[in-house]
Amino acid sequence: MNEVNKDKDMIRLLLVDDEKGYLDVLSNRLSRRLIIPTKAYSGTNAIQILRKQDFDVVILDLKMEDMDGIEVLKVIKRMVPDLPVILLTGHGSQTAAKEGLLAGAFDFLTKPCELVELMDKIREAHEHHRQHSESINLLDVDSSPES
Amino acid sequence: MEISAERSAFYQELSRKIRILILVISFFPFTLTTGILFYRFNLTYTEKIQAHISELVQKHTQNIDTFLSEKLGNIRHLAYQLENNTQPPEQFLKTNLELLETEYPDSFTDISIVNEDGLQIAYEGPFNLKNADYKNSEWFQNAMEKPFYISDVFAGLRGHPHFIIAVKVRLSGKDHILRATINFAGFNSMVENIQIGKTGIAYILNSKGQVQTKVDIRINPSIIASLVDYKNPENRTIIAEKQDPAGNKYLYAISTLKNIDWSVVFRQDVRDAFSDFRKTQMLTLLLLVVGCIVVITVAFTLPRYIVKLISSAETKSEAMNRQVVESGKLASIGELAAGIAHEINNPVAIMVEEAGWIEDLLEDEALKETGNLLEFKRALKQINTQGKRCKEITHKLLSFARKTDSTINDVEVNEAIREMVSLTAQMAKYNNVSIGTKLEENLPFVRISPSELQQVMLNLINNAIDAMEKTGGSLTIETLRSHAEKKHIEILIEDTGPGIPKENLERIFNPFFTTKAVGKGTGLGLSICYGLVQKMGGKIEVSSQVGVGTQFRIFIPFQDDLTENIKSEFKTTIL
Repeated sequence: MNEVNKDKDMIRLLLVDDEKGYLDVLSNRLSRRLIIPTKAYSGTNAIQILRKQDFDVVILDLKMEDMDGIEVLKVIKRMVPDLPVILLTGHGSQTAAKEGLLAGAFDFLTKPCELVELMDKIREAHEHHRQHSESINLLDVDSSPES
Repeated sequence: MEISAERSAFYQELSRKIRILILVISFFPFTLTTGILFYRFNLTYTEKIQAHISELVQKHTQNIDTFLSEKLGNIRHLAYQLENNTQPPEQFLKTNLELLETEYPDSFTDISIVNEDGLQIAYEGPFNLKNADYKNSEWFQNAMEKPFYISDVFAGLRGHPHFIIAVKVRLSGKDHILRATINFAGFNSMVENIQIGKTGIAYILNSKGQVQTKVDIRINPSIIASLVDYKNPENRTIIAEKQDPAGNKYLYAISTLKNIDWSVVFRQDVRDAFSDFRKTQMLTLLLLVVGCIVVITVAFTLPRYIVKLISSAETKSEAMNRQVVESGKLASIGELAAGIAHEINNPVAIMVEEAGWIEDLLEDEALKETGNLLEFKRALKQINTQGKRCKEITHKLLSFARKTDSTINDVEVNEAIREMVSLTAQMAKYNNVSIGTKLEENLPFVRISPSELQQVMLNLINNAIDAMEKTGGSLTIETLRSHAEKKHIEILIEDTGPGIPKENLERIFNPFFTTKAVGKGTGLGLSICYGLVQKMGGKIEVSSQVGVGTQFRIFIPFQDDLTENIKSEFKTTIL
């Protein structure tokens, strides 16, 4: 149990949404479940934060006022290609979902969404990210003599 | 289809307008052309007839003139001979009359010599007129004044019409007259021979308007008087049309003789002269009447036919318009819905999360003491449930925006139906509804979006199950090659539910129309179906009978070649 919690503690999550009310309450609820997210209130804000910090998972709104979610996603994918991005949007059309997934999103969820479902997805993404970086690390081990 | 009174009045008006138009544009050129042609023909024909008559009369007039000149010449020559004659006058006359008769048979009746006192001193001819006294005769007085003279026709002493040529001669120092009577019958026949048509007659008038030849008919004196007035210095034939008091119209040709102040008159009944023309006139009239009948028939039948065509075209286009309006409604609602869905989902998401947050906080120990904890939890759960309901509604609205998966594929309808039936089987069982299928094998493939077909089927099946929720019943799904629509697959979805009342049936595809209890249905399902089926190029129809059940019929078009292609592809893969 502790192990799991420890794992959860370790998830570095970036929450991006220009809807402050939603971002705050979601952040509160996730924090209560030991996933303490960093909040970004706009697309540009998110990119700025990403420049300074590393994250395991990003949750990204598709429709934001300053930057379109898909654009943000593309920038993120250029900056950190391995970082899993879960799209969470009120615009629940399947074309939007498709577009997002094509742009490299890890998954697609529509608002309002069950917290449990969201957390499952976060964990799934984190796990995926972890495995992926491990394999990369293994490669790093092979290639770098100092490790 | 029932046509409204307003529409029917419009058609009548249209029909009337077309009729008038046909009549005007047909009759105007038709009558104008006929009129002009007829007028031209009339003119030419009249000219031709008049020229013909005029030429004929002219020719005969010349003949008569020649005859008279010749006879006058004969007598003048004889007079010259007489002046130098040594024979006794009787002998001279006898010899010369015989000579003249051999030379010009039937020309002269007799010849005689009259002295200056008017006594006929010598006579040769068939009558016993020796010593006849002409002192008071008009001709004698006229003859004594001129070197030669041709008399008018008169009865004279012999008692029947004749005329004479008189030439003054000088015998034994005194004036005498050599007088010859022209054979009247011979002369008359010259005139009588001028015959044209059935009613053409000719006669000669002297300057006083007295008829100089034998005429079988009575000629109206007023006409004769008017004919005498025609002065004709150039010796041309004059043509005139006169009407007698009885109303008969005659065509007259008048030509004047050179040798004597006589006129040759030719008269013909106008009807006779223009009989051929009349025939043509009648034929033209007949053609005109036939043409008019044809035009009128067309004017009355064609508009009816055109209006019928227009009416049926309008009925069709109206039906199409209704569909277009229906789909237009759906499209605009779809666009609106897409916008609204996003705007609503965000606040709803916040509400739901906030409720969730409260739920989280309720777990804190201090709050657990609250007596209303259960009630709090129930309320929060309700907020959560209603939030999900909002999401459902917005998702359905989004279907209008047609941003659902609309990838077109070759779909086997039966397969899609089987899938949907198995998907809904559990729910049907729960509601005591049995689903039966009757699927025609080897149906052609249709090129549509499979998920859209699934959506349509799911909506209809769900509706049917909902309708039979209380009573249970059976749902039959049937597929077949449509007989009603060529190259269409027909899907029949039939339930044994309570049926739909007529007033609702018309509105059933309207967006937001629902008979379900508030909160149970969005009223979008069937209108989404309508839009989707239309997008497939097909149509959806509904028929229902209260207490018996409802039947939906979906028609989806297919292409023959499509099926063939897929079959051949399939074969190749197997091989």
